Amino acid sequence: MPCEVEFEDVTKRFPGAARPALDHVSLKVEAGEFVTVLGTSGCGKTTMIKCVNRLVEPDSGTIRVEGEDVSAADPARLRQHIGYVIQKVGLFPHMTVGENVATVPRVLKWDKERIQARVDELLALVNLDPKEFAGRYPSQLSGGQQQRVGLARALAADPSLLLMDEPFGAIDAINREALQDELLRIHQGSRKTILFVTHDINEALKLGTRVLVMDAGRVQQFDTPKEICEHPATDFVRSLLRSGEFRLRSAYVEPGEGI
Amino acid sequence: MQNVLAYFSQNGTEFVQMVATHLWLSAVALALATVIAVPLGILGARFRRLDSVSEGVWGTLRIIPSLALLLVLIPVLGTGTLPAVVSLTVLAIPPILINTTTAFKTLPADVLEAAEGMGMPPARELLTVKLPLALPVAFAGFRTATSEVIASAMLAAYIGAGGLGDLIFTGLGLMRTDLLWIGGLSVAALSLAVGALLSLAEARMRRRAGMVAA
Ligand SMILES: Nc1ncnc2c1ncn2[C@@H]1O[C@H](COP(=O)(O)OP(=O)(O)OP(=O)(O)O)[C@@H](O)[C@H]1O
Ligand SMILES: [Mg+2]
Repeated sequence: MPCEVEFEDVTKRFPGAARPALDHVSLKVEAGEFVTVLGTSGCGKTTMIKCVNRLVEPDSGTIRVEGEDVSAADPARLRQHIGYVIQKVGLFPHMTVGENVATVPRVLKWDKERIQARVDELLALVNLDPKEFAGRYPSQLSGGQQQRVGLARALAADPSLLLMDEPFGAIDAINREALQDELLRIHQGSRKTILFVTHDINEALKLGTRVLVMDAGRVQQFDTPKEICEHPATDFVRSLLRSGEFRLRSAYVEPGEGI
Repeated sequence: MQNVLAYFSQNGTEFVQMVATHLWLSAVALALATVIAVPLGILGARFRRLDSVSEGVWGTLRIIPSLALLLVLIPVLGTGTLPAVVSLTVLAIPPILINTTTAFKTLPADVLEAAEGMGMPPARELLTVKLPLALPVAFAGFRTATSEVIASAMLAAYIGAGGLGDLIFTGLGLMRTDLLWIGGLSVAALSLAVGALLSLAEARMRRRAGMVAA
């Protein structure tokens, strides 16, 4: 069941902040889109997606999920149906990997066999052998493995909307690529709506059906990767593209060859 | 030494009785203190105003020596078990309260955000996430309280509540050093034994809370 998300003139200024974290943001994410949110550190990406599941309450404006104003929804029920991968992973250190993944299904009172089967399925999906990893504690995992568990946990109840805050930040390039492909497959198979925060332009362009470029709390451009590359709307987008090209190119430069 | 052996052969049951009373008084006081201090501590972590008020109140009470508190309580509560338990409870509350507040204030923010972000109902979050993660630190406060209470329960005998303090006061009254030694060392041994048990339990809780790699 795909799910659309709409921001209507949303502004949020944290107490004591010099400028708003979100500055009159209006946009509409269609059901089934994979939107990547791109911008420099502190530009309001995390704030934006936290407004969707009400971890942050905006000062003004309206956010609608499936046409319903989220400020009218019960926060707990709303969140149980929105997958959320937090930037700092936040696994429960006192629970096993399996128990972590089972969190939302347990809250939703699924029966035991169903939860067990789902946990195994999800761990396999994020490339962690359930037999080896389900019984481990987060402290016994590498940073990248923890992030994968965080992803599995967010997918547990099969939410139609997925908020992901730099979910692959701690994962090396090769595994990162594999996970990106996995996520694309999940998206194509399910038509989930995904809001995916990153500050890696190449990741944003690769994954997004549309890319939302933000700067200083404002939307700079919200368009397909192709449009963004061919017709950058602002100087900020242009400079962002240049930094991406530089990185792309420098990856192929042989040592000593110089640039 | 002979006196000591003679004491135990003649007064074995009496000694066991005193140990039992001593432990019983301490346990009741600690249980009461826990029931009062843990909820207060949890609330204190959330409401700064309450935290500073209770810090002031218990900080002041803490300065008053237990003996003085006992004497003050006599006109109000009389002598015997009740004032002893009350003063021991007062003694036990601050360390449990302070550690509970600290434990709940220092819960990892990312973990709480994850719990909240997944729509965990607040009561469930408290029981399945906050409490287990706060437990080791709060429990360390309980351990401190326990050693203070076991030592101070000696004074309970002074107002007729019994316990190992009886030996001390009898020893002082009759000028019998052997009784003083037995009483003093027994309390020390009791305190060490209980302390060791609680330390073991605490280490276990830390492992469970994922604070140390298992
Ligand atoms: N709880 C808060 N209290 C005060 N200010 C905040 C809070 N959270 C965020 N901010 C401020 O709001 C702005 C946007 O923060 P946000 O976390 O949304 O940035 P971001 O784009 O996610 O950055 P990053 O890429 O570093 O994660 C920043 O200036 C930040 O300092
Ligand atoms: Mg962020």
